[in-house]
Amino acid sequence: MAVKSNLLNMSLMLTLTCLVCSAILGGAYVITKDPIDAAKAAKTNKAVSAVLPLFDDAQKGETALRDEASGEEKPYVYYKAVKDDELVGYAIESSVSGFGGELKVLVGFTPDGKIFDTDVLVNNETPGLGAKCAESESVFRRQWKGFDPKVKMLSVKKEGGDIDAITASTITSKAYTQAVYNAVQVFDALNGEAADAATGVSVHPKEGGQSNE
Amino acid sequence: MSKLKLLTDGFIKNNPTFVLLLGMCPTLATTTSAVNGLSMGLATLFVLVLSNIVISLIAPVTPDKVHIPVYIVVIASFVTLLQFIMQAYTPSMYETLGLFIPLIVVNCIVLGRAEAFASKNGVWASTLDGIGVGLGFTLSLTVLGAVREMLGSGSIFGWKFITGDGMLAFVMAPGAFLCLGYLMVLFNKIAKK
Repeated sequence: MAVKSNLLNMSLMLTLTCLVCSAILGGAYVITKDPIDAAKAAKTNKAVSAVLPLFDDAQKGETALRDEASGEEKPYVYYKAVKDDELVGYAIESSVSGFGGELKVLVGFTPDGKIFDTDVLVNNETPGLGAKCAESESVFRRQWKGFDPKVKMLSVKKEGGDIDAITASTITSKAYTQAVYNAVQVFDALNGEAADAATGVSVHPKEGGQSNE
Repeated sequence: MSKLKLLTDGFIKNNPTFVLLLGMCPTLATTTSAVNGLSMGLATLFVLVLSNIVISLIAPVTPDKVHIPVYIVVIASFVTLLQFIMQAYTPSMYETLGLFIPLIVVNCIVLGRAEAFASKNGVWASTLDGIGVGLGFTLSLTVLGAVREMLGSGSIFGWKFITGDGMLAFVMAPGAFLCLGYLMVLFNKIAKK
């Protein structure tokens, strides 16, 4: 059945196969590119509306913050949501490495610095275990609603904080907490700038209690 | 060989999971729930049928020494195609299975059927073989996923029948091996009769 091999027909067959396959894949890429982008955008939009109170318009912005652990500048994408020209909150994308790869969390803040809600944008955690962090109705996820990082400790209970970890998924839970922690830092930076711009007085949210007169 | 036998062979006599023990990596990793098992099975079915068809067509003109690279390129292309399609039209399914889809390329069932069957048989027979083995794989993964989901999370196809967590071990790797072992015994017992 099979043809006897010689250099010519081997190289010919391999070249031909690769050419045809790459042509097909190239075509498929072009055809599916728009739906894929649309699906990703729809997911982000849905997530932004899920983590913030009702808003009319959300502006996308980008900022950078020095990472505490590595000391490098890390870019963050955020969405500033307004309703009737009034700020209703920020949603900040925060990416960390979880148990199985990138874990990207969207954290929504109300202007007073409380977390409104969180959502998962990208997760490569173990299905059935760490991937539970993507189930919005799980106990782990519900505890973020209304979480006030000024009052409560942002670390898992095992380490003396206030976050209930997912059973058997401590690494995922810690990564998630780290992502939220980073987002809090970004929010503080953003909110600081906003306060500067609005009143000329810099009120750092964490020191708000003292300088508030 | 009769056409019907080609189909049913994949289910029982050549059942990839419980008899041939092929493709254990995705089997153990994705069957944390019945839905995941079912989707993984169907994704493999898609690749298996299409690659069987193409390989049975090109096998007569493929030089012997390069047949494995040629088959792998064909299989990898179909897997990538599947990945694009899933990302575009079923993004939520891609979320859960994304990690395991590229692994279909190295799933021994696909290359195994290409080598053992499609390269020696006609298009029609290879299609039936692909469907048979693919459905057999889907069935095994769904059953394994259902059992693990019932014991591990107390639900079936996402529908919860007990409150609380269930026996978590069954969602993790040890439970996968345990369930697989017992199901294999059960399956071979029934199949031998």
